[in-house]
Amino acid sequence: MPYGWWGRLLEVDLSTKSVKVTKVDRSTMRRYIGGRGLGVKILWDRLGRKWEEVDPLGPDNILLILTGPLTGYYPGGRVCVTGKSPQSNGVVGSTVGGEFGVELKCAGYDGLIVNGVAEKPIYLWIEDEEVDVRDASHIWGKDSRETLRVLTKELRSEMSKERPLSDVCKEPSILYVGPAGENKVRIAAVAAKITHAAGYGGYGAVMGSKMLKAIAVKGTGPLPEVAEPDVFEKALDDVCKSLAQSFMMRYWGTGSAGYTVGADTSSEPIRNWQEEWHDETKYGSSFFESKVWIKRFWGDFGCPTTCLKLAMIKYGKFKGTLTDNPDYELQAYLGTNLGVFEPEGGVYLSAKADDLGLCGIQVGNTLGFAAELYQRGILTKEDLGFELKWGDVESFARLQEMIAHRIGIGDVLAEGTYRAALKIGKMKNVNLMPYAVQVKGIGVGAHGIRSGLDYTKPTAYVCSLQGGDHTSVSNLDEKNRPEEWEIILIDSAVVCWFNFRKEHVYRFFKAVAGWNISEDELYSETAPRIAAIQRALLLLGGPDVYWDPRVDDDNPLRFYEPLPSGPKKGATVKKEDVDKLKRIYYEVAGWDEYGLPRVEALEKLGISEVGKALERVKQRLQTS
Amino acid sequence: MGVCVLNEEKAKIWIFRDYERCSGCRRCEIACSLKHEGRIWPEASRVRVFMLIPGLEIPHLCTQCPDYPCISACLFKALTIDEKTGAVLVDVDKCTGCGKCIDACPGKVPFIHPRMRYAVICDLCGGEPECVRVCMEAGYNALLKVPRFATQAYKVYARKPEDIVKDLALKVYGEEWEGWI
Repeated sequence: MPYGWWGRLLEVDLSTKSVKVTKVDRSTMRRYIGGRGLGVKILWDRLGRKWEEVDPLGPDNILLILTGPLTGYYPGGRVCVTGKSPQSNGVVGSTVGGEFGVELKCAGYDGLIVNGVAEKPIYLWIEDEEVDVRDASHIWGKDSRETLRVLTKELRSEMSKERPLSDVCKEPSILYVGPAGENKVRIAAVAAKITHAAGYGGYGAVMGSKMLKAIAVKGTGPLPEVAEPDVFEKALDDVCKSLAQSFMMRYWGTGSAGYTVGADTSSEPIRNWQEEWHDETKYGSSFFESKVWIKRFWGDFGCPTTCLKLAMIKYGKFKGTLTDNPDYELQAYLGTNLGVFEPEGGVYLSAKADDLGLCGIQVGNTLGFAAELYQRGILTKEDLGFELKWGDVESFARLQEMIAHRIGIGDVLAEGTYRAALKIGKMKNVNLMPYAVQVKGIGVGAHGIRSGLDYTKPTAYVCSLQGGDHTSVSNLDEKNRPEEWEIILIDSAVVCWFNFRKEHVYRFFKAVAGWNISEDELYSETAPRIAAIQRALLLLGGPDVYWDPRVDDDNPLRFYEPLPSGPKKGATVKKEDVDKLKRIYYEVAGWDEYGLPRVEALEKLGISEVGKALERVKQRLQTS
Repeated sequence: MGVCVLNEEKAKIWIFRDYERCSGCRRCEIACSLKHEGRIWPEASRVRVFMLIPGLEIPHLCTQCPDYPCISACLFKALTIDEKTGAVLVDVDKCTGCGKCIDACPGKVPFIHPRMRYAVICDLCGGEPECVRVCMEAGYNALLKVPRFATQAYKVYARKPEDIVKDLALKVYGEEWEGWI
């Protein structure tokens, strides 16, 4: 028996309604760890040969929900949602907080593979060994909150009835999609716990395309045994004590950044990134705290940081709104990026994204894009049906609804910023890429690069395996290694970025999984191997979108405009500098002049078959 | 001299619970199951955190009713009182898992172990509860160890989590959440 994981994946085929357990062997786990890494490996094995033909929203795509060997042990429960992304057409390891991964493991599985499509709306119910594909017509069309409410109630009442005794049973853990996912909106999230979301990647649309409304799981067993129980308990104590020291992170979460990323580092998206500086103190954490935070510490399984804050508006026209804070990203994307500078507006739009099952970052990016088109007279009142002015919370909420339900112009915007820019550009006969702040189909996270003061360096998004994902950036670290390699470790072990402490994680690998994983193994084998396959799948792309690294390994055009305001007024990054840095990055990452992983490197990593697939990319690039 | 036990060192203990302070982190479940089961095992933890409404997590654990209805209901003399702490102790050899103690409990706190046929009830860790240790370490103080005075209304805390959370939802989230669960 392995330690920390079971070596068992539950595999469901929705087309045939069949269920089986697929084994994962020790060497695969050690080489790919779990989460993002294992997802990349499974997708490569099963779809690599025909990747370009696989429609992310078609029956051939595979939806993966994967834990890692540290899930449930290392503080802060998360689970990794992945598959072929309908945004980047590569693979995004999209993680979401909560107890789902722990329940899945307690049910005896390390992950879930969902193949095929159902004929009509269904949900999956996993109770230890019992797996049921069930009718979901009664919750199809329901918003997130109602979906969660109905499922929690009906499953719990069913579990109670099954019990011979009068004891009370706990709720199952549930992942679900809102109307946006059902309508295959490419910026739809896979959601949990009313307010949590795996947003990047657009896997809500993948669930919708499979007619899969929700997945509920109850595991009554223990987590797998650990390799060194005594060392593990000590390590757990140590890391929890250490994390509990981060006072401000615990008290404000990322909620202080809505002010500071604008005022201090000039890197916050404002009005679709036309600016990155503001000094609106009323958008600071003190105002969120005094007006809307009703719960200061809210956390997922085992987390001593509990950076989430629950926000509820108890007065005025947005009364009844409930969401998690918003945290910084949504403060920015559903606040400043839309010209909204009061907590109530940001909280309302954030809660609306939760209800509709939209990714708050991606929809904020797309709304900002639309509003700039309106500002420039490219989209008109006639196109939209109403005016779309900066700061007009209710109009943005209306447009969110239209996107989630694919109504009117919402149907085009539902394709995400990149595809909407192509479509509207064609419609209006104008190049809209200068206003599309995205990389490889993914709207960039709310950390700009122009001021040079944030953690995001000039190539942060340029070479990222996950496009604009601010949690997977392609900076080089102080030892001149891709930072993304460490992030691969985080997303594959499936731990929270905020709780990640390298020395503790290594200790956990040893104590939990029994792996004496060294930094050398990680940086010279494991991460480069996962990265090479993920890069290959990203560049294979298709069928509707293909990336050309010569063009698409680049920043959004907006980032080459000088900052117009604030203490860093005039600051920008230069295209020629970025090109130079990009070459260095390619070299360090083991990529050739086209940005393709080198054949020798692939051979060394034991994945030479990836080189053969890359021939297809090379051919495309040489003929275009 | 009144009914209070004034010498705190000799006093029996109680785990004070403040649901509004619970972060839902479930470190109590982790600590409890590691101590009693040697594994992380939420479903076998003596304190179980219910999330019937996200954001309003309810740690559910024995309150040691002064009249111990569970003990009176046991047909097999499997339940006894820990003289030192006041906790209910389960003799797993005598317990048949019949569930009479659950029927008798006003809060439906005991449950049958998910893999064994015996009842699981908080034993107060012999006086140094692990759940309290981790909760206090994190600074939430949702669970606190306090001396058990004779006059306090411990029994009113023996309530089902669905009943507690309904009240809490009204108080914290407002009326529109009344029918949530």
